[in-house]
Amino acid sequence: MGYVINRLLQGLMVIAAMAVLVFIGVYAIGNPVDMLISPEADQAEITATIARMGLDKPLWEQFLTFVSGALHGDLGTSFIYNEPAVRLILERFPATLELALAAVLMAIVVGIPLGVIAGLKPNGIAGRSIMTISILGFSLPTFWVGMMLMMVFAVNLGLLPSTGRGETASLFGIEWSFLTGDGLAHLILPAVNLALFKTSLVIRLARAGTREVISQDYIKFARAKGLSEPRVILVHMMKNMMIPVVTVLGLEFGSVVAFAVVTETVFSWPGIGKLLISSIVHLDRPVIVAYLMLTVMLFVTINFTVDLIYALLDPRVRRKESA
Amino acid sequence: MRNGLIGTTALMFGLLASVGAASAADLKIGLSAEPSALDPHYHNLVPNNAMFTHVFDTLVDQDENQRMKPGLASSWKAIDDTTWEFKLREGVKFHDGTPFTAKDVVFSLCRVPKVPNSPSAFTIYTKGIEDLEVKDDHTIVFKTAAPYPLLPTDLSTIAIISAETGKFSGPLVFKKSGCEGVADYPATEDFNSGKAMNGTGPFIFKEFVKGDRIVLAKNPNYWGAKAPWDTVTFKPIPSDGPRVAALLAGDVDFIENPPSQDLPRLRKDKNIRVVDGLSNRVIYVALDSGPAPSPGIKGTDKNPLADARVRKALSIAIDRKAIDQRIMNTQAEPAGQIISTGLFGNNPDLKPDAFDPKKAKALLAEAGYPNGFEITLGSPNDRYMNDEKVAQAIAQYWTRVGVKTSVDAVTKSVFFSNRGKKIYSAYLAGWGAGTGEASSPLKSLVACRKPDKGFGTTNYSNYCNEQMDATLTQALATIDDAKREKLLQKALAEVQADTGIIPIHFEKTPWAMKKSLTYTPRVDQQTMAQEIKPAK
Repeated sequence: MGYVINRLLQGLMVIAAMAVLVFIGVYAIGNPVDMLISPEADQAEITATIARMGLDKPLWEQFLTFVSGALHGDLGTSFIYNEPAVRLILERFPATLELALAAVLMAIVVGIPLGVIAGLKPNGIAGRSIMTISILGFSLPTFWVGMMLMMVFAVNLGLLPSTGRGETASLFGIEWSFLTGDGLAHLILPAVNLALFKTSLVIRLARAGTREVISQDYIKFARAKGLSEPRVILVHMMKNMMIPVVTVLGLEFGSVVAFAVVTETVFSWPGIGKLLISSIVHLDRPVIVAYLMLTVMLFVTINFTVDLIYALLDPRVRRKESA
Repeated sequence: MRNGLIGTTALMFGLLASVGAASAADLKIGLSAEPSALDPHYHNLVPNNAMFTHVFDTLVDQDENQRMKPGLASSWKAIDDTTWEFKLREGVKFHDGTPFTAKDVVFSLCRVPKVPNSPSAFTIYTKGIEDLEVKDDHTIVFKTAAPYPLLPTDLSTIAIISAETGKFSGPLVFKKSGCEGVADYPATEDFNSGKAMNGTGPFIFKEFVKGDRIVLAKNPNYWGAKAPWDTVTFKPIPSDGPRVAALLAGDVDFIENPPSQDLPRLRKDKNIRVVDGLSNRVIYVALDSGPAPSPGIKGTDKNPLADARVRKALSIAIDRKAIDQRIMNTQAEPAGQIISTGLFGNNPDLKPDAFDPKKAKALLAEAGYPNGFEITLGSPNDRYMNDEKVAQAIAQYWTRVGVKTSVDAVTKSVFFSNRGKKIYSAYLAGWGAGTGEASSPLKSLVACRKPDKGFGTTNYSNYCNEQMDATLTQALATIDDAKREKLLQKALAEVQADTGIIPIHFEKTPWAMKKSLTYTPRVDQQTMAQEIKPAK
C-alpha cells in the first residue's frame, strides 16, 4: 500500500512540475493578440482585447487562475474558438485514436511475422532484407514518407484519397471512419505512414525475442519431442517472445496517440495533432497548455499502471520499496 | 493470383473513387486556413470573412477590385457630411423564408459589440455610427459624429443576420451605448452548430465538422446571380504540399494559395488551370527613423536611418525586378508606393525606385557613411510569400552597397511580438489594405503614432511626417470621392518624398483548379465559391 501511495505522489509531483514548466514555456512565446486581431484594429481595440483575454495580468496571476481552473477540471478556454480547450481536444480525440489503433494494428500484423522470419533466418536473404528495410523505416522522416505515399498512391496512381477523413459513420455516438468504404480508403495512407516507425520497432523486438527464445532448452526439448516446426514456432516460441513486444507496444501506444502530429498535418487528418499544430501557429495558449497537460497525465497514468502491474507480478519490487 | 489480387484491389478502390467523384454541380475547395468560427461577427480575419459571405450578405458588396457595389442596400447617398441614407433591397428573403427588412440591419449592428470573447471584434467598423433611424422597412438613415467617407466601405464588412435569431423584450431601438429591446443575441456556438446560420446569401448552411469540412448548398431563391453549384464542400488543408497533392489527386477541384515554388509545375500540367491577380497586399521594409541608438545598428553611434538620403539609398540599392523574377516566380509586381495598382487612391505617378547601386553608394557617402554601417533586417519566415528569401535578397543588395546586413528571420508569432517590442531597426512585413483603398496603409503604417486618433497602430519605425498626417486627416474627412482620392494620392507622394517606408512589391495571389473551372482573381485574396465558374 505504501508503494502505491509513493508512486501516486510521484505521479502528482510530475504533473505539478510539468504544469509550471508548460505554462511558463508557452507563455514566454509571442503575444497571442498580435496573431488574433485584425491588423486594421486600432490601439483601443487591441487594449480591450488584451484585457478580455486576461493577458494584461501578471504571469503569476494568470498561472493561479489556470491552476484553480485546472483543479476544477477546466484547463482554460481557447482564445480562437471561445470553447473549453478540453472539449476541443476531446472532440477530435476519436479521430486520432482511430488512426493510432489502425497504425498499431498494422505494426503488429506486419511487424511480428517479419520479425520472426528475420529471427529464424538471421543470415538468410529474407532476414537481411527485412532488417535493411526496418532501418529505412526507422530513419526516413515521417513527413517525407507521407508526401511520397501521397504522390504515388493518390496523385500518380489515383488509388487512394490524399487528405481528410472521408465519410464517417456513428458508433457509440462517436463518428468513425473505418465503418464506411470511403472513410476506410482515407484511413489507409495516414495509418501506413504512422505505422512505419512502429513496424520497424516491432520487427526488431520480434527478431531479438525470437533469437533469444529459439536457443532456450524448452524449444530444443519441444523439437526433441518430435513436435512439428510450425507448432514449435507458433505455440512454444511465440508465446514467450511476445512478452517484450506487448510491453513496449503498450508503452508506445501513448506516444503514437500523442505524437501523431506530423502524420495528421501531412494528411489533414482532423485529430488532436492537427489541432495542436494550428494552436501553436496561432498561439492559442490555452489549447497548447491543455494538450500538453493531458499528454502528461496520459503518460503518468500509463507509467503508474505499468508500475502497479510490475509490483503485482514481481514481489521483489514491492519488498525493495518497503525496505 | 497475385496480379489478380492487385487487380481486384485496384478495381475496388477505383469503384470507391468513382462513387466519391464529383458530379458536375458539386464543388470541393481546399482552403489554406480554416475559419475559427462560422459566426460572422466573431473574428475579423480573412478566412472567416471569406466564409461568411457565402451564407450572409452585407449592405454594401465589394467587387473583385474592392470597389463598392450594391448588396442588400440597393443604393445609398450622403445627405450631408454626417448623414447617410441607405435604401434596402426589396423582396429579399432569408433562408428560412422570412423577408429581409430594416429590423435585421439594426439587429445585426446591435449584435456586433455584444459578441462575447471575440478575438478580433468588428466594432472597429461600427463605432463611427452615432445613431440609426429606421424611416420605413426599406430605408435607414445613419448618423455619424464626424464626416465618415468610409461608412459604405466599413458596412461592407458587417454581415446581416436575421433578427428572428434573437429574443426581444420590447421594440428594437438602436443606441450607441447598447441597443434597447433585445433580451438575447444568438451565441457564437449557435452559428457553429448551424442553428443561427440563417442568412440571405447565395448558399445555405448544411454541415460544419471542425478541422474537416464545411458543406453548403445552393440557395435556389437567391436575389442575385445564382451560384452554378448545387453543393460546395470546403476542406481546410493548411499544409502547402498536401493541398497541391489533393488537387492533383482530384480530391478537391480548386485550391487557394498554391505555394509559389509549385506554380511552374502546375502551369505545365494540362489538367490544371492557374489564375493569379494582384492582391491588396504590399510587402515593405520599415526603417527606424527615430533617435539614436537604434537597436539593430552597429558601426556608428548615430542612427543613419534618420537621414532621408540613407533611406533613399537603401531603396534604390534593391533590384525589385530581379526579386520578382528569381524569387517570386513572377508572383509579384514591383512597388513604388504602399497601395496596389488599380485600388482607390493609388498614385500613378509613383513608380518603383529604379535599381542603381552606384547612386546608392554616392547617397550614403553624401550622408556621411562612405564605409556604410551594420544592420539587422528582421523578417517573418512563414507569413508572406517567400518572406525570408526576399529578406535575404534585400540583405545582399544592401551589403553590396556597403551596408553590412544580417537577416533575423523567425516564425510569425515571434516576429510580431519582437516587432511590437521595437527590437528591429529594419524589418520586412506586409500590409493588406482591408478597405481596398489608400487610407488603410497610410493610417496604420506611416502616420505618426497617435493612439487616440487610431493613427500609426502598426508604425513601429518611429516615422512621423506631420505634413502627410495633415493631408491624410483632411482626406479622411472628405466625403467627395474624387477629392478624397486626390488627397490620398498626395499623401502617398509625401511619404515617398522622404522615403518614409520602402515598398518592395505587391503580391499576386494565385489560385489553382481543374481545367474545367475558372475564377476571377480577387484583390482581397478571398476565395468565393459563387465566383468559381465552369470554364466555357
